[in-house]
Amino acid sequence: MTPEMLVSIFMTLVAASTPLLLAALGELVVEKSGVLNLGVEGMMLCGAVAGFAVAFSSGSVGLGLLAAIAAGVATAMIFAVLTLSLTANQVATGLALTIFGIGTSSLIGAGFVGRTIERLGPVFPAGLSEHPLLKAIFGHDIVVYLSLALVLAVSLFLRRSRPGLILRAVGENAASAHAIGYPVLAIRYAAVAFGGALAGLGGAYFSLALTPMWADRLTAGRGWIALALVVFAAWRPGRLLLGAYLFGAVMTLELQAKAAGVTWLAPEFLAMTPYLATIAVLTMMSLGRRTGRPDAPACLGKPFSAS
Amino acid sequence: MTSIITRRRFNFGAGAAAATLPLIGSGARAQAPLGVGFIYVGPVGDHGWSWTHDQGRLALEKEFGAKVKTSFIENVAEGPDAARALRQLAQANNQLIFATSFGFMNSAVQVAKQFPKLKFEHATGYQRAENLATYNARFYEGRAVIGTIAGHMSKSGQAGYIASFPIPEVVMGINAFTLAARKVNPNFKTKVIWASTWYDPAKEADAAKALIDQGADVITQHTDSPAALQAAEQRGVFAFGQASDMKAFAPKAHLTAIVDDWSGYYIKRVKEVMDGSWKSGDVWGGIKDGMVKIAPYNDAVTPAARAAADEVQKGIVAGTLHPFTGELKDQKGVVRLKAGETASDEMLSKMDWYVDGVQA
Repeated sequence: MTPEMLVSIFMTLVAASTPLLLAALGELVVEKSGVLNLGVEGMMLCGAVAGFAVAFSSGSVGLGLLAAIAAGVATAMIFAVLTLSLTANQVATGLALTIFGIGTSSLIGAGFVGRTIERLGPVFPAGLSEHPLLKAIFGHDIVVYLSLALVLAVSLFLRRSRPGLILRAVGENAASAHAIGYPVLAIRYAAVAFGGALAGLGGAYFSLALTPMWADRLTAGRGWIALALVVFAAWRPGRLLLGAYLFGAVMTLELQAKAAGVTWLAPEFLAMTPYLATIAVLTMMSLGRRTGRPDAPACLGKPFSAS
Repeated sequence: MTSIITRRRFNFGAGAAAATLPLIGSGARAQAPLGVGFIYVGPVGDHGWSWTHDQGRLALEKEFGAKVKTSFIENVAEGPDAARALRQLAQANNQLIFATSFGFMNSAVQVAKQFPKLKFEHATGYQRAENLATYNARFYEGRAVIGTIAGHMSKSGQAGYIASFPIPEVVMGINAFTLAARKVNPNFKTKVIWASTWYDPAKEADAAKALIDQGADVITQHTDSPAALQAAEQRGVFAFGQASDMKAFAPKAHLTAIVDDWSGYYIKRVKEVMDGSWKSGDVWGGIKDGMVKIAPYNDAVTPAARAAADEVQKGIVAGTLHPFTGELKDQKGVVRLKAGETASDEMLSKMDWYVDGVQA
C-alpha cells in the first residue's frame, strides 16, 4: 500500500465522517439542554435541499451553506414551538419532524433532480491542497475545518463557560434552573436552533460536497447514526469526535476491504461492522458506568412548563 | 391529463371515482379517456428506476393526449401494502394498471383476480394470469456493450462494479460485462463491491472511491444514483450511467449509459387495450425492441472502442451475437454452456455463478 493510497483513503474517511460529526455535535448540545430531538434526519434533508437549491440558483456554494443553516434552524423551530411552547411529546414530534423533512425536501427538490453543481472545493491553494501527501492535512474543504473547530468550541463552551454551565443546569434540572431565575425555555430554544443549524449544515455537506446533486432521501439515514453517536459519545464532544471518525473509518474501510478482494470475510459481515462497533462501545460504556459518573442529562426528553 | 396522487389525497379521489363508477356505462366509456395507473416502488425523483417508468407514463400522455388519463402512486412499499394501492387504482376507473417492481408480484396476482375485467401488467415478475401480463428488459445486453467499451478504454485492465444485492438480475449483469471486456482484454478483472442497498448516494460514491484506490480505472454500477459517476469524474477515471443518461453529472467520465426505455412498450400496450387486442403474456425486450438503449458515446471513447461496441449492438439486434455463448465455464470450472450453445432465458433468470475475472 503506497502512502498516496493511504492519503486517499484518509481523505474519503474524513469526508464520510464530517456530516455525522456536525449533526451529532448539534444534537449533543440539544440533549445537554434536556431536549431530545429525533428529527435530525429531517433537518439534514431540509438543509441538503435548501443548500442545493440556493447554490444551484445563485451559483454560489457559500450562499448554499448559509441557506442550509437557515433551513435547518427553520425546521428545528417547528419542533421547538411544538415541544417547548406547546409541550408536545418530544419523541413523537421528533419522529414526525423526520417524516416532514423527507416529504418537504422531496417536494422542494422535485425541480432540481438531475442537476449538478461545482462541488465545494478545498480551502488552501492548489500547491498545498493537491500535494500528494500534504493534502491529508491541507486538502479539505471549509466545512471539515469548521466542524473540528466547532468540537473544540462546544467542548470549551460546555465545560469552561458560564452560559455552558447554565445550559447544562437546564438539562440536568429544569425546575431548579427556573427557580433561580434562568429562562429555561429561551435557553432550550437557542439549543434547538443550534442543533438545527448544524444538522442543516451536515445535510448540505451531502448535496454540496460529497455528492453535489439533489436526489430524494439523499442522506440515506445518516441522521439516525448521528443520534446514536451522541449516546455512543456519552454526551462528550471529544468522544463524539472520536466516535464520528471511528464510524467514518469503519464505513470506509469496509468498502476498501471489499474492493481489495478480502474474501476471508463475508461481505455481509463487513457491512455489519459499523453496527457491531456501536454495540461493542455501548456495552463497554455501560460496564464502565458502574464506576463512572452518569452521562445522560437528567431532564432529557422531559417537557417543562414554567407555571 | 395527469393526476398526481399522494397517498392521502388519493383516498378522496378514489372515493369520488368509485361513487360515480356505476353511472358510467360501457357506451360512455368509449368516449371517456382510458385510465392508466402506475405504482412505483421509489420516489419519482430518484433519477433511476421509478423515474424511468414515470418517463414512460409521460410518453403515454404525449402520445395519446386527452385519450388517456394517467395517474400514479409513488413510494409504495413492496408487500401487502401494494395490494391496497393497486385496488385504489382499480376502483378509480383505470383500465390498465402497471405494477413496476418485482416485490409487487403477489399483490398484482391477488388484485388481478378481484378485478377480472381490468388489465394488469407486472414488471420483472414471472406469475401471469388471463388479465395479468409480465414484462422486463434485457439489461445484460446493454452490459455487454459497455463491457466492450470498458475493455478498450481501461489501461489498468480493472473495472470497479458497485452492485446492490446478489440476485440473478445483478449477477447476470456482472457476468455479461466481464465476458464482453475479456473478449477485448483476456486478463480483464471486475472488482465488485456489494453495497447492500439500491440507493445510498454517499455510500455509492465512497464505494467508487475505494475501487479507484484499489486500481480500477473504469467504474460501473447496479445501484440507482449518479453519485459513483461524480466520484469518477473527481478522480479522473471513466464510468457509465445507469438507467438513464447521466452525462450531466460527469461530463468527462461518462462514456455512455444503459438507458431503460419503457415508453415504446407502454404505448404499444395502451394501443392494444384501446383496439381490444391486448393479451396477457411475457415480454422480455432488449436492444432490438428499443427497451434497452445505449446513450450517445462520449468524445473520449476511442474509434476502436466505438466500432467494437457498435458491432456488439448490431450483432445483438441481428441475433447473431448472444452475450452468453459457450463454451462458458464458471469460476469453479463447471461447464455452464457447451461450445456454440447460448444461454436460455430460464438459465439467465436463475444465474448464481460467476465467470472468470469477477472478484466478488
